[in-house]
Amino acid sequence: MIKVENLTKRYAGFTAIRDLNFEVAQGEIVGFLGPNGAGKSTTMKILTSYLPPTSGSATIAGFDIFTESLKARKHLGYLPENTPLYTDMRVSEYLRYRASLKGVSSGKIRQAVGDVLELCNLRDVERKIIGSLSKGYRQRVGLADALVHDPDLLILDEPTIGLDPNQIRQVRQLIKNLGGQRTVLISTHILPEVEIMCSRVIVIHKGTIRASDTPENLLKNHRAAGRMRIEAHNAPNGRELLSQIPGVKEVTEEILETSSVFQMKLDANADPCADALRLASQHHWEIREITRRRPTLEDVFVELTHEDN
Amino acid sequence: MKTFFTLLLREIKSFFYSPIAYVVLFYFLFLSGYNFYMQINLMNGFPTEITVVQAFFAPAIFWFPFVLSFPLITMRTYSEEFRMGTFETLTTAPVKDSQVVLAKFFGVLFFYSILWAPSLASFAIFERISGHSATNATGAYYGTYLLLFLVGSLYSAIGCLSSALTKDQINAATISFTTITLLLFVGFLPEVLNISAPAVKDLFSYISTIQHMQDFSKGVIDSRSIVWYTSMTALVLFLNFQVFQYRKWKS
Repeated sequence: MIKVENLTKRYAGFTAIRDLNFEVAQGEIVGFLGPNGAGKSTTMKILTSYLPPTSGSATIAGFDIFTESLKARKHLGYLPENTPLYTDMRVSEYLRYRASLKGVSSGKIRQAVGDVLELCNLRDVERKIIGSLSKGYRQRVGLADALVHDPDLLILDEPTIGLDPNQIRQVRQLIKNLGGQRTVLISTHILPEVEIMCSRVIVIHKGTIRASDTPENLLKNHRAAGRMRIEAHNAPNGRELLSQIPGVKEVTEEILETSSVFQMKLDANADPCADALRLASQHHWEIREITRRRPTLEDVFVELTHEDN
Repeated sequence: MKTFFTLLLREIKSFFYSPIAYVVLFYFLFLSGYNFYMQINLMNGFPTEITVVQAFFAPAIFWFPFVLSFPLITMRTYSEEFRMGTFETLTTAPVKDSQVVLAKFFGVLFFYSILWAPSLASFAIFERISGHSATNATGAYYGTYLLLFLVGSLYSAIGCLSSALTKDQINAATISFTTITLLLFVGFLPEVLNISAPAVKDLFSYISTIQHMQDFSKGVIDSRSIVWYTSMTALVLFLNFQVFQYRKWKS
């Protein structure tokens, strides 16, 4: 559905994205992750024919975004950052206008608008003026606008920014239901969402792609470690012994009033819980608490996009 | 084509959703009514060679509000879209740039035509009440309103171009007001400067809107003026199109 080849965008003295290469197949929900300024919005703006690339090419549904821009745009629904809307129009009026603009035939406009109003839960505000809506509703109107012409591809630039947890959940569920029939490219900072929604993740930092894989593979293959925390009493040589367990990278000890806390950094697939407990019973430690923290996408993200890289 | 009409309808609606349309309408109608009253009053005192229609369109009290209305109605055409960010949603929809530029231009032109429709009523009322014609030939009606339309298209195009140049509505209004006033001022120069060289005089009378109005309101429809206005409008619209594309590409 999307094919990007050597896409580069340069501004005077500053390269926003450099030689990007990636593909998004039909039906995938792909998360575009990266810190602020990484080039996510720039890439999306180029894909939607808003910005021209400096070099390289991209196609959407087989249409080049530069030479066959009109045809490419017919296949995509775009929700820009900060959801710009005409604040002087009513919701249904705005959606009818956008449907007509995007080429929905006049007979089908009413149906199409009705469908997206239901889909995005906008029935109770359909007669309200957009300027009077809250941010959550505006975001949903923007999403409805992106969906109104039933596009094959959805490009969403940070669709959950500024929403409260309930609204985020609703949007997340909506997007999840859309995948399969449609292709979705969504850029976000909110990592737990990515794990829930996306079948694939592309991590971009300073204009280049650092990783592109399923969330599970990213967690598995990355050096991003899991952690374990053991609080124990009467464990004088705990640190040396725990360091010797295979899979444990590093142990630090913090001595508290009545116990010691051992923070352990582990290799990706290590599971030293059983070994630690065996050591504990051998040396008669009194274990107060064992906490295991599995590696999360945030760890992967931080590691890939740390300032040093 | 359908996209063009959708855009056009939206432009016209958005005029009437904003309070500025009603303020401009009121102010314009008030001043033009007052102008009409003043001219009739002046002509009441003495015998005069000029017709009511000529008198109405000659003085500064007509030209000044006329010129001022263009910046007011065109300043928000592009600037507002840039400010609100809807420029992005507009250009990423499957619409051609030319459709957007033309729809905005014709939207402004439509609103401008509405500003002028009531003035026909003042002349009709005059004829009804006094029994005299407001003009010496019916050609004068056609001529005057044709010229108003042509001048309106040129000035509207200039207004749209100014709006496309900037994100700030006040800047847009200033640019268009200055340009239109300068253009109009060129028409006053011959009267002020007392030029004798015939070539220069010809040049000025060719481009002077004041001169055109004097001719057209007599019923003299000069095709050179028609060509001047239509070709200039086409040029300004072309520039507008280029600026629109430039703004799209530079962001």
